[in-house]
Parts: sequence; structure tokens; C-alpha cells
Amino acid sequence: MQTRLQKFKESYLFYSFKRDKVAIVSFTILAVLLLAALFAPMLAPYNPYDTTIIDIMDSEIPPSWMEEGEQRFFLGTDIQGRDLVSTMLYGLRISVLIGIGAVILQAIIGIGVGLTAGYMGGKIDAVLMRIADVQLSFSTLMVAIIVSAIVQLSFGVGRYEQLAVPILIVIIGIAEWPQYARTVRASVLGEKNKEYVEAARVIGLDSKRIMVSHILPNTLSPVLVISTVQVANAVMSEAALSFLGLGMPVSKPSIGSLIDAGFEYIFSGAWWITFFPAVLLIIFILVINLLGDWLRDVLNPKLYKG
Amino acid sequence: MFAFIIRRIIQATVVMLVIGFIGFSVKHQLGDPVRDLVGISVSVKERDALRQELGLNDPFLVQYGRFLQNAVKGDLGHSFFFKRPALDVIFSKAPATIELVFASSLIILLVSVPVGLYSAIYPKRFFSQFAMGVSIVGVSIPVFLTAIVLIYVFSVQLNWLPSFGRGDTVNIMGWESGFFTIDGLKHLVLPSIALSSIMLPLFIRLIRSEMMEVLETEYIKYAWAKGLSRKRIWMIHAFKNTLLPVITVGGVQLGILIAFTILTETVFQWQGMGFMFLEAVERSDTALLVAYLVVVGALFVVVNTVVDIIYGLINPTVTIASR
Repeated sequence: MQTRLQKFKESYLFYSFKRDKVAIVSFTILAVLLLAALFAPMLAPYNPYDTTIIDIMDSEIPPSWMEEGEQRFFLGTDIQGRDLVSTMLYGLRISVLIGIGAVILQAIIGIGVGLTAGYMGGKIDAVLMRIADVQLSFSTLMVAIIVSAIVQLSFGVGRYEQLAVPILIVIIGIAEWPQYARTVRASVLGEKNKEYVEAARVIGLDSKRIMVSHILPNTLSPVLVISTVQVANAVMSEAALSFLGLGMPVSKPSIGSLIDAGFEYIFSGAWWITFFPAVLLIIFILVINLLGDWLRDVLNPKLYKG
Repeated sequence: MFAFIIRRIIQATVVMLVIGFIGFSVKHQLGDPVRDLVGISVSVKERDALRQELGLNDPFLVQYGRFLQNAVKGDLGHSFFFKRPALDVIFSKAPATIELVFASSLIILLVSVPVGLYSAIYPKRFFSQFAMGVSIVGVSIPVFLTAIVLIYVFSVQLNWLPSFGRGDTVNIMGWESGFFTIDGLKHLVLPSIALSSIMLPLFIRLIRSEMMEVLETEYIKYAWAKGLSRKRIWMIHAFKNTLLPVITVGGVQLGILIAFTILTETVFQWQGMGFMFLEAVERSDTALLVAYLVVVGALFVVVNTVVDIIYGLINPTVTIASR
């Protein structure tokens, strides 16, 4: 009997992972960043949400190796006098939370729609896919920007900022579900005429059961591939929304709103408030994209080209 | 073919109706036309009278019908801040956005075609590998960061180019253009580079992969066997056939550029539609927001429909497949 771990070690996936330096490096960086985000409250030297320890006199201190830098604040402080390292760690935590949350939501909607459309076929398929195509043609970013603008107006800025995290998850999730729907539908179409589905139908299983426990597991590898890229996209969308002032408030900044807050001070020479969060964001998105590329090459699913 | 065009136009109309419906619901829920008209110094009684007169107490669907009628006539409501018809405001801002998108598209075409073709023809060469590496890094950099870096390097540090606004513009038949003054062109450089950076990697990869696919086909091998010159095979035989997918994807992607103009215009304070939209959100200018939604929606729908129809005209298999 092989344990699961052994099985994984002998798998093709692990084999090609070991041989690909880019994949190893990206995975390591991603793992470190994710752990840092998860354990931000323990790792961060200060708590950026605790207003009692923030001193406005500490604002805009440059990184510690520069002339006016202080040892207390390794990467300096932002405009409100918060330690930049701590604020970035907490910001990364929020960005990751929103990114993963949004991807889970869009996967649920998209997989549901894709499965139904692909399996049912006919009119249902035509209508659902038309909706998906039309929404995609508007560009996910545009949909997200307009929806968040409308939501912000109807909630009022104050309420919106309180509920920003769940709202952003929903907005980005809704904006990007068609990607999943199209991918899942394409592979369902490939699977549904195979013998095992026929067999399941002959036994007399209902279509819900066939869809979920028979077809769905066989469509998971393309889902896995686009999931990586979608997390990167979601984090990027969140950053864009926050940068436009439609996302996380400055009091509870994500990486994007930190960049936005710093941008106003870039002309007065306080480059570090924008620079370090920007580098963090780019590295985070880049390693996910590299991993996604690698995963696509290895699993090589027939992605729906469209 | 005719039926295909008709079907696409019907679909476009349905989509526009849905957009109109969303826009109207937003307006219905959020905007208060009475407030927009009279301000605070008018009594409640007069307000109610005005409300009745404007038909704001009518059923939702009746009001929606009226909204559609007005929209078709080109009346999308009054901007509360600008004190002008919302459509006028948008059209006065549109040239800035259109010029920005145009300049970016030009950059994208001029860079992505040669780079894409070169890296397809010589995939092993250093430059090709380098271009592919740069393009995956490029995909990972949000457009507002590219913009900030450009501003920091070329405006703050080197002081070569201006960092915000449109500069001097010339009025040509009602079109405020920045294309004809040196100052206007200088202001255009950084925003258009920033905007093109988001699509450039995508286009390079697209052209490269299409070209590589075409180079593997039988007819290209036959062309080699005939002993045609390399230039002729690459440029005339192969390149022509890579254009088809590039045009369709390209058309749709250029529409998507409009979404990114919101980000670029914010960073550069470029007085276009995107910047106006964000200001409208900050000022709770619902009429302007809804008008923007409808105009941009229409723009997307028109671009996509035209691209689909062109594709149908060039490639007959599409119409057959969609039957």
C-alpha cells in the first residue's frame, strides 16, 4: 500500500517540479509570502491598526539605511507614522484574503454555470454562455470598477469602508466568473460523451450526481491552471480598485491602497511608501504567474481558446 | 451571412437594453433629480409638486420607458455638478480619452508586430527569449505602477516630460486635440506608454504563437520547397494568415483598453472620460455616472459587434459554426 505522500512523490507533477528551477524558486517565494501574510500579526513588529501606538511625529521616516532613517523602522514609515514593514504585512494579508476569497467565489459560480451549461446543452447552454461572453467582452476590470462605484455610492463611503473586504470579494468574484464557466464548460463538453458518463446514466443516476461526482473531478486540471492565474488577476484587480479609491480604506490598507496613499507623496521625495509595496505586489503577482505558466505546461489541459 | 449580421445586431440591442436597465435602476435608486434641479432652498410642498410634474411618482417600468426614449434622443440626464447635459460633458471629455487610446494602439501595433514576428521566426535567439521574459514580467505589473515608475523616472528625476494634464490643445472643429502642439505631444508620451504597457505583452505573445503555428503548416513548407525567398515567405505567405486572429483579439482588447484608461487617466490627471468618471463617483454625480455607463457600454457593444461581423466576413466558417 502506498501512502498518498509516496504517490505524490512519484507523480509526474512532482518530478517536473523538481527539475524546473523557476518553479521551485517561485513556489518558495510564494510560500514565504503566503506564510508571512498568514502570520502577519506575529511577524509584524508593530500593529498598524492599533491607533494608540501610532505617532504622527514618526511619519515619513525614510528606510533605516538612509541618513534620516531610524533603527526602529526598517523600511521607514508611511504618512500616518505607521511602520512600513508591519503595514505591508497586514496589507498583504488583506490582499491575499480578498484574492483567494474572490477566486473561491468565482470558482463556485463559474463551475456551477459551466457544468450546467455543458451538461444540459441546448437553450440553457446558449443563454448562459451568451451571458458569459457578453460580460467578458466588457472586460472584467471595467465591470469591477463600475460595480464598486455604484456600490460605494449606494452604501456611502463610511459603510463601504467598514464592509470593504466582503464587498470586494463579491465584486471581484462576480466580475470574473465567466473565465471559469467557459473553461469548465469546454472540458465538460469533452467529457460528457465518454463511456463512464454513459455508464452512470445507464445505472440511472440523476444528472446532478453525474455532474458533480463523475464529470466534475475530470475537469479539475484546467480549473487548477486557471485558478493560479485568477488569483493573480484578483489581487491585481483589488490593487487597481484600491488605487482608484474604490477599495480598501487607508486606515486598513491593502497593498493597493498603500501604493495609492504613497503616490501623493512621491513628488515630495518620499518614494519608499510607494516603492516597497509596489515591489511586493509585483513579486507576488509575478511568482503566481510563473507558477501558473509552469502548471499549464505540465498539466497541459486543452484550455478553451477564445 | 445576412442572417448572422442581423442576429448580432439584435443581440447588441438586447445588451444595450440591459445596460440601459442597469443604468436606470442605479439612477432610480440613487439619484434625486429634484435635488439636482432645485437645491435646498425649496419647500417640501413645491418639491412634491415638481416630483409629480417630472413623473417621478410613475411606476418603475413607465419611467424606464421614458428613460429609454430620452436616451435614444440623446438625452441622458443632467450633470448635477457641471450644470450641463451629461452627454455634453462626456463628449467634451471624450477626445482626450480617444487620443490616448489611439496613441497607445499605435505604440502597441508598432512594437508588438515586429517583436512578435522576430521571436516567432528566431525563437532560440537571445532577443526572443529576452522579449518573452520581459513580457511575463510585464503582465505582472499593474498599469498604475508602470505609470508611477514612468512619472518618477522621466518627470521627477530626469525632468524631461510633464507628469500630468494634457498641455496645450488646439481646437479643430470642436475637437480639442493635443496632437498638433509640441506641448500636447509631450504630455501624451508617458500616458500612452503606460497604457500600452498593459496590452503589449499580450499582443507580442499572441502574434508570436500564431506566427509559430502558421510557420509549421504545410503550405509554408511547400513555399520553402518552391524556393521562394525568405522575406516573401515570412512577410507575404505567413504574416497574412497570422493577421486574422490578431485582428479579432486585437479589436476586443483595444475595447478593453478603455477600462484601463480609468487607471492611467487617474495617475496622469488626464482630463478624459475615465478621470471624469472617478470625479463623478466622488461627487455622487449619479446622472453623469449613469451616462458614462451607457456611453462606455455602447462603445464596447459597437466595437464587439463590428469585430464579430468583420470576422464573419473574413472567415466564413464562423457563420456556419454559429448556426
